[in-house]
Amino acid sequence: MPQHEKVLLANVHRPNSEKISTYLRYGGYTALRKALKMSPEAIIAEVKASGLKGRGGAGFPTGAKWDFMPKDAPVKYLAVNTDEGEPGTFKDRLIVERDPHSILEGVIISAYAIGAHRAFVYIRGEFFLGVKRWIKAISDAYQHGYLGRNILGSGFDLDVSVHRGAGAYICGEETAMIESLEGKRGVPRAKPPYPAQSGLWGKPTLVQNVETLANIPHIVLRGAQWYSSIGTKESKGIKIFCVSGHVNCPGNYELPLGTRLKDIIYEHAGGVRMGRSIKAIIPGGASTPIISADRISTPMAFETLKAAGTALGTGAVIVMDETTDMVEVVRRITRFFVHESCGNCLPCRVGGKRMLEHLERLAAGTGTARDIDDLEYLAHGIYGRTFCPMGTGMAEPILSGLRLFRDEFEEKVKAV
Amino acid sequence: MAGAKVSKKTDSTAIIDPAKRAMLLAALYIAQEQKGYLTRDALHQVAKRLGLTDSEVYSTASFYTLFRMEPVGRYVIQVCEGLSCYLNDGAERVVEYVGAKLGIKPGETTSDGRFTLETVQCLASCGTAPAMRVNDQLYENLSPASIDDILERLMGEV
Repeated sequence: MPQHEKVLLANVHRPNSEKISTYLRYGGYTALRKALKMSPEAIIAEVKASGLKGRGGAGFPTGAKWDFMPKDAPVKYLAVNTDEGEPGTFKDRLIVERDPHSILEGVIISAYAIGAHRAFVYIRGEFFLGVKRWIKAISDAYQHGYLGRNILGSGFDLDVSVHRGAGAYICGEETAMIESLEGKRGVPRAKPPYPAQSGLWGKPTLVQNVETLANIPHIVLRGAQWYSSIGTKESKGIKIFCVSGHVNCPGNYELPLGTRLKDIIYEHAGGVRMGRSIKAIIPGGASTPIISADRISTPMAFETLKAAGTALGTGAVIVMDETTDMVEVVRRITRFFVHESCGNCLPCRVGGKRMLEHLERLAAGTGTARDIDDLEYLAHGIYGRTFCPMGTGMAEPILSGLRLFRDEFEEKVKAV
Repeated sequence: MAGAKVSKKTDSTAIIDPAKRAMLLAALYIAQEQKGYLTRDALHQVAKRLGLTDSEVYSTASFYTLFRMEPVGRYVIQVCEGLSCYLNDGAERVVEYVGAKLGIKPGETTSDGRFTLETVQCLASCGTAPAMRVNDQLYENLSPASIDDILERLMGEV
């Protein structure tokens, strides 16, 4: 198996990896020193040239997002998305718990580049250890002069605070997160205006995922050319793949984008349990379309997964072996989305509930052919017709599940 | 007069201090610590302190699953029912196992007020499934033996 240099997860397995002393011992905050000597424009140019795209699911080019932030606005904010909740995804929790300074260094550099003097960390309420690690990291960074006024004598000021969510998946959506930071129900806002124009308290706001931010110090330190030499044409750099389900060695694997799904599953995650064969894979978290085993040679990159009819999403690979009941898989994912719907718009709120009812009947063996037809009709109707991407995310597993495994749904009906 | 009251309320809504409003979730966490759930009085106190109406506070609190409006046991056991936990023989199996040990179903509290059993969505522990949380502590790679250990330890604590 080819060896890949660990970059994002280089520290996580060291003893006391969360401490600032450990982070400093292995070269931490040298990228910040370098960045503060660069102009903000030069940093943005470097991040643009690196080809880095957001790692939170949407895959938007990071440098372009930074460039959208108005240069002349007196007050701008940075919001740090630690609201990891997409089923199958567990990478952000690992970095926050084991290497919070790697994110914080990225936060400081990013804030400097976009000219923000205030950053807000939003973290899932369930991540109790993560909350503690964030707070400790921030307080140590203040003590070392990496936060506060006149950071390292550069004249740049930045304050960072931590805000706990309280159990709502939708708050991972950037405008819902902004609402929640303002102390409101986490209901997504209409876009446009995008947060870069009008975000937190109406001010230009950059919302960035934790893994994305953790890439920034490395890009600044080693250069865009190094970063963009890794990966594929449209998917540059490294990615943490969260592998779970029926594999021998589930876990987080940091690999170049473009690594084949097959290699991630068999070479890194130890293959499928009991030597069974694979029936289906969810390649990018629960909201990405399910693919069948014949797609296993697909490289894990934005463009190749799109061509395969699915998406990279958060890079959360859920492997399901030949014994898996796909109707139950689809039912379970749908139940998640129905539970997490914010209730703001009708297709997601009511349509989701109706789809779940059809799936409950089918899974229980009391469904009819009509349930399958109605389920498909509803999923098509919801797809692309909701206020935020959640409705489409809800429809994807159902539509792909029906496309690939319709026979299993029909079997459930026949059994009656 | 009802009319005057309404306009007064409208005025108070118009001057909500955004900085205070932003403290609402944190304030609700603090308020919840008192009794383990948010009493009507706690909600009212939060509203008063932050210059919000009771209904605004209730509306926001009820949106988030970690804020409770009903009493719970001293230990709240939240078993993940996500896909990866299910694929790893967890989810309902863990719920049933814990439920049988404690003699309660999801949503119920033991008669001594010690344990509440709940099911939750993904806990971001898919790589270490099955998983559950007890209050703020996360437990991963669950097996019947490890669940026995956890419950016995909690039962021993007074």
